[in-house]
Amino acid sequence: MMTFAPLLLVFLPLVAAAVSFALPERLSSWRNAANLGVAFTKLLVVAYLLNATEAGLVFEWRYEFLPDNDLVLRLDKLALLFVTLSVFLWLMTTIYAIAYFDRGPNLSRFFGFFNLCVLAATGVAMSGTAITFFLFYELLTLATWPLVAHKGDDKSLRAGRIYLSYTLAGSVAFLAGILWLQSLVGAIEFAAPPDLTGIPALTLTLIFILCIGGLGVKAAIFPLHGWLPEAMAAPAPVSALLHAVAVVKAGAFGIVRMIYDVYGIGTVADLGLGLPLAALASVTILYGSVRALMQTDLKKRLAYSTVSQVSYIILGASLIGPYAVIGGLVHLVHQGIMKITLFMCAGALANRMGIKAIADLDGAGRLMPVTMAAFSVGALGMIGLPPVAGFISKWYLGIGALQSDAAWVVAVLAGSSLLNAAYFLPLLYRAWLLPPPADRPAIRELATTRDRMLILPAAVTALVSLGAGIFASLPFSPLAWVTLIAEGGYLR
Amino acid sequence: MNLLGLLVAVPLGFMVAALLLRGSGRWLILAAAPVMAGLALWLALLPPGTTLLVGNWDLPLGILLRADGVARLMVLAGALVIGAIGLHALVDPPGGKDGGAATAETFWPLLYLMWAGANAGFLTTDLFNLYVTLEMVSLAAVALAAMGSLAAALRYFMIAMLGSLAYLLGVALLVANYNTVDVTLLAQVARLDLATVMALGLMTAALLIKAALFPMHGWLPPAHAAAPAPASALLSAIAVKLGFVILLRLWFEAFPAITGSAALHVLGGLGAAAVIYGSIQAMRQDRLKPLVAYSTVAQVGYLFLAFPLVAGAVEPSSAWAGMTLHGVAHMLAKAAMFLAAGLMLKAAAGDRIADLGGLAQAMPLTVTAFGLAAVSLMGLPPSGGFTAKFLLLSAAIEQGAFLYAGVLVVGGLLAAVYLFRALSACFAPLAGAGPDTASRGPVTGGVKAVAPLALAGLAIVMGFAGTALVDVSAIEVPWATPTVIQPEVAP
Repeated sequence: MMTFAPLLLVFLPLVAAAVSFALPERLSSWRNAANLGVAFTKLLVVAYLLNATEAGLVFEWRYEFLPDNDLVLRLDKLALLFVTLSVFLWLMTTIYAIAYFDRGPNLSRFFGFFNLCVLAATGVAMSGTAITFFLFYELLTLATWPLVAHKGDDKSLRAGRIYLSYTLAGSVAFLAGILWLQSLVGAIEFAAPPDLTGIPALTLTLIFILCIGGLGVKAAIFPLHGWLPEAMAAPAPVSALLHAVAVVKAGAFGIVRMIYDVYGIGTVADLGLGLPLAALASVTILYGSVRALMQTDLKKRLAYSTVSQVSYIILGASLIGPYAVIGGLVHLVHQGIMKITLFMCAGALANRMGIKAIADLDGAGRLMPVTMAAFSVGALGMIGLPPVAGFISKWYLGIGALQSDAAWVVAVLAGSSLLNAAYFLPLLYRAWLLPPPADRPAIRELATTRDRMLILPAAVTALVSLGAGIFASLPFSPLAWVTLIAEGGYLR
Repeated sequence: MNLLGLLVAVPLGFMVAALLLRGSGRWLILAAAPVMAGLALWLALLPPGTTLLVGNWDLPLGILLRADGVARLMVLAGALVIGAIGLHALVDPPGGKDGGAATAETFWPLLYLMWAGANAGFLTTDLFNLYVTLEMVSLAAVALAAMGSLAAALRYFMIAMLGSLAYLLGVALLVANYNTVDVTLLAQVARLDLATVMALGLMTAALLIKAALFPMHGWLPPAHAAAPAPASALLSAIAVKLGFVILLRLWFEAFPAITGSAALHVLGGLGAAAVIYGSIQAMRQDRLKPLVAYSTVAQVGYLFLAFPLVAGAVEPSSAWAGMTLHGVAHMLAKAAMFLAAGLMLKAAAGDRIADLGGLAQAMPLTVTAFGLAAVSLMGLPPSGGFTAKFLLLSAAIEQGAFLYAGVLVVGGLLAAVYLFRALSACFAPLAGAGPDTASRGPVTGGVKAVAPLALAGLAIVMGFAGTALVDVSAIEVPWATPTVIQPEVAP
């Protein structure tokens, strides 16, 4: 079990993918059962692993894939943070996707690639070497493309094309950066950071820029974010997964690994690379918020909000201080839970009532109260109101900024929170306080099993984001786990 | 006769049998594919140092067959690829739309002829013997190309003849100069004089034509695009590789002391230009098969781009492995892609990329095969193409050869542009027939997709067997013999 636990986490979604690809469309209930069964099994495995890892065990699997270059899957605490997030949100999204698509076309293909996508995200999380990370990072790109292009109309194909041109160009830069560094220090293991002494600062800086630039494409750092709003052409479950856990988080997670497990905070500080990155993240935060404010389409507004929110993680990582790291890492989880809530709600609104534009939201709260309640929790969390989880992130980031003598970051956080409020509160106002248009037929929100499967996952994630805020001080809360990570070596 | 001889004799035997049996000769592949795969696998697992002197005459009179790393990998990949192409041709006969029996009858002997020629060419170290194998393969290739377009085949024939003559002239010069044409013996006596340089120049030019390296590629796209799918697959996967392997023998085994840094960079530069030019041409095609054919022009470029990287490396084995594995990965992936493309074009409304709409629904397995092959050709992980690119890119960066590194990187992106364009078209709805899309249903049974899917799958699996393949490729590498390659400094 010690060696094979990480392999099991990769193997299980592979089984689900194979079953999904193999089953014809008419056996959709078998396919759904397989997907849910595997998702639940994986959650159980993760629960076991959380316990074992907290007790100090480290699971590792290793395979020499090229001479001197090992594929390493390693479950340290940081890996498990991301794994747990993706496994939990995957289960929710699977339930949601089954209800959302019902009996649409090409679903075998969809669920196949959907599972490959989660396989890749889990692999990214568990990667123990830079080359393993790259392998899964690319697999993620490839597995996501058919999901983005799923509908096959011109808009989706265009979105797929834009997505690929951004991400493939990014990964090429990343690969060049890794190989350049490897040519100087040998294979890069995250558990044993390479010795960078004696390498010219200019070389190290260039490599850093290549790697962060490559990873920054997926993390949607300004000005590399262009693909993300376009990818909104994808179906709602894909958007939810893309924005919450799979793609953007893989980029942000990679940046955290680069700063803390490859370069090490000492080198990053010596090279003076933290501050420019923090500044870029701040620009992205404000830019994303402003662009979000300008959107009239609900999903587009949420997309630009993601551009802004993911950079909180990068901001926290680049400030290089204990509280800032905690704030950044915990936002990796909090943003995921809150953003998936928002996207699942947006998808449910579009699916049940055809609401796509913000102007159509009037009175939605009266017709779909559960959906809008979940949406409201997510939105308030994004603004950073206590007791929702988002507050914890911003609180730690703020204190961390002060610790790192970067008081200007507090101004960025405050400005961004105001902008968040400016683009979320009008939605809530419209939904709850304005009457629905006269021609909108009344619906029963939770009439059928399918309706409940469509709406309850969002309700669950909304409750979890409340819980993550209220019970932040309990063990196994995201905050407690991230503090454990920070104590285990991130405070060097 | 030992195993090495069998690898040449058995396909020749099958060729004769196929000629005698005529129409029913096609069933021979059911025996040939497993037998040859078994022999090739045996070859790959032989202890290092296995050789055969044909006719039991010592060098320089006899002919030496030798199983070095390159030969082992090429013969094995060749056996898998040709076997799969042959089995595929059983379920999807290469007769074009008219399906004429005559073309089918000529296909099989040609397949075995190419098989025997390629195996002999990969195994032998005798430059005259290599001329014979070159002729066997060229003859088979021209005839296979003629199954599609007589005009393209004639053009191919003329230029192949020109190449053969130049090569023969080079061999003659060497015989006059050294009294031997065995690569291993030449390596011990090679000296820098006018005759040697001329011979090497003539032979290199000839082989570059056969390998279709830019700017000597002109014959390839029309010939490969017009031939029926199984023939195109043989041409792209096997025929161009032989020219490359003979060039390896010449440049790294026989004359490493003579091939200077400048000459190596000329080859590398041509390779780099081929990658860029082939990719741009592939992007400009609006029909599927020319796109795949121009992709071959680009992929051949990587093989030669690797020449200065191998010569310039302090520890050349990883660049060498990258180069060899690129050849193997391209064999598997390109054969898979041509077979898949053939099936897709039969199902599509026309031969344009825009006509591929709806195929992702109609033939998911075939499109998957195309997609997996594309992953390897783009050099994305996990795949043999990625392993090769990883090794070559590492070597280029280590040597500070940033121009080559840049081409390796950009070439992958360009490949993604043109290959995803084709894949993307498969996802589009059926062109001009909106409501019919749903009623169309799968147009091919699973059987036809098996061969391309298996080959593409192998190209992907290669990505996980890197260590083992690198070890095989290092068997009896040229610099392990007394002649040592002088390390050159890259620009």
